[in-house]
Amino acid sequence: MTALSALLRRDIRISLRVGGGALMGVLFFLTVVTLIPFAIGPDLALLQRIGPAILWIGALLASLLGLDRLFAADLDDGSLDLMLMGETPLELAVAAKAFAHWLTTGLPLVIASPVLGLFLNLEPGGIGAVALTLLVGTPALTFIGTIGAALAVALRRGGLLLPILVLPLAVPVLIFGVAASNAAVVGPVPFGTPFTVLCALTLMSLVLGPFAAAATFRHGLE
Amino acid sequence: MRVTGQRLRCVRGGREVFCDLDFAVAGGEALILTGRNGAGKTTLLRLIAGLLTAAAGHIDLDGGDPELSLAEQAHYLGHRDALKPSLTVAENLDFWAAYLGNGDGATFRAGALAAVGLADLAHLPAGYLSAGQRRRLSIARLLAAPRPIWLLDEPTAALDVAAQARLSDLMRAHLAGGGAIIAATHGPLGLEGVKELRMGGAG
Repeated sequence: MTALSALLRRDIRISLRVGGGALMGVLFFLTVVTLIPFAIGPDLALLQRIGPAILWIGALLASLLGLDRLFAADLDDGSLDLMLMGETPLELAVAAKAFAHWLTTGLPLVIASPVLGLFLNLEPGGIGAVALTLLVGTPALTFIGTIGAALAVALRRGGLLLPILVLPLAVPVLIFGVAASNAAVVGPVPFGTPFTVLCALTLMSLVLGPFAAAATFRHGLE
Repeated sequence: MRVTGQRLRCVRGGREVFCDLDFAVAGGEALILTGRNGAGKTTLLRLIAGLLTAAAGHIDLDGGDPELSLAEQAHYLGHRDALKPSLTVAENLDFWAAYLGNGDGATFRAGALAAVGLADLAHLPAGYLSAGQRRRLSIARLLAAPRPIWLLDEPTAALDVAAQARLSDLMRAHLAGGGAIIAATHGPLGLEGVKELRMGGAG
């Protein structure tokens, strides 16, 4: 446990320090969501209807930012070699890194989403639903993203490969996240149905992501 | 404790780096790998560290902690120093001590930093260190998380004369404590009675 908490603390510290980029995701989220009303005009009814979808797409894109550095930075400076030599199972180390990444990039998106919901004329109920679905759904985006981040590192192709790999895998999360948010605002499906599926997707990704990423490192880093 | 490699063969990028390579090193012994650039010194160290897989042959560890693998009992000091520029010297060292040693990070910190002459810089971000100081901080990692086998790749690179002498003392102390050292080097390490393995060319 000491090794894992040390890893968690280290990654949180690095991303909060100068050049760590913890705020970049939130700023990008803010920019994307602010751009949409400029593009489609001041139609409040329309904004309210598509608001949850805009917030979810914004959060999805923002959570991809910085994901390519999740393992690439550790590969470049040799940290990844030493992590492979640790007594801690690699799966747990990957999970700790992903959790630290979510705390510094995903959680701020959740916290910012109510303010951005106001921009989009969402009702209080809708704002709460979007924030709750993002709280449950963004960990899934991060942990699915670790698979792409690990592959990008193992294949020595950073940057553009990552969104291409990760976005298709994130489609189910997007569907059920937006469906649950919309269900809370307009119905007719009860909120619980898509929300439970979203929770299941998150739980699955919490397990699959670290195992897939660790397997990638074991076989891909030669 | 004894580390042996038998009939090792390694292929990288379709090119055979070495084949039929044997080595053995016991606790208290140092093995120096020499040879021209590209002879496979780093490759052999990474094989022993478990970071590469051999195409043929095997590496065995007799003795040591039976619960742990060879890689989990070895330190690898490579060309890349595994330091984060935004963390301080002490934070970098504490993290690796906790991660590799699985104990409380701060226990060995003061002693390890003093041993490499970085005690005054503990609160400086690692990004401000010179190449030699980064090297010394990497060496402090070997002391902060005790492990019996040291795999050193050009450990004296970027070190000044005083720091090289200090490294020799640290290596002698490690050998005296029953540890083993396998080091790739082009220059003298200041150790007496070491075994040498010439790689490439002369065999």
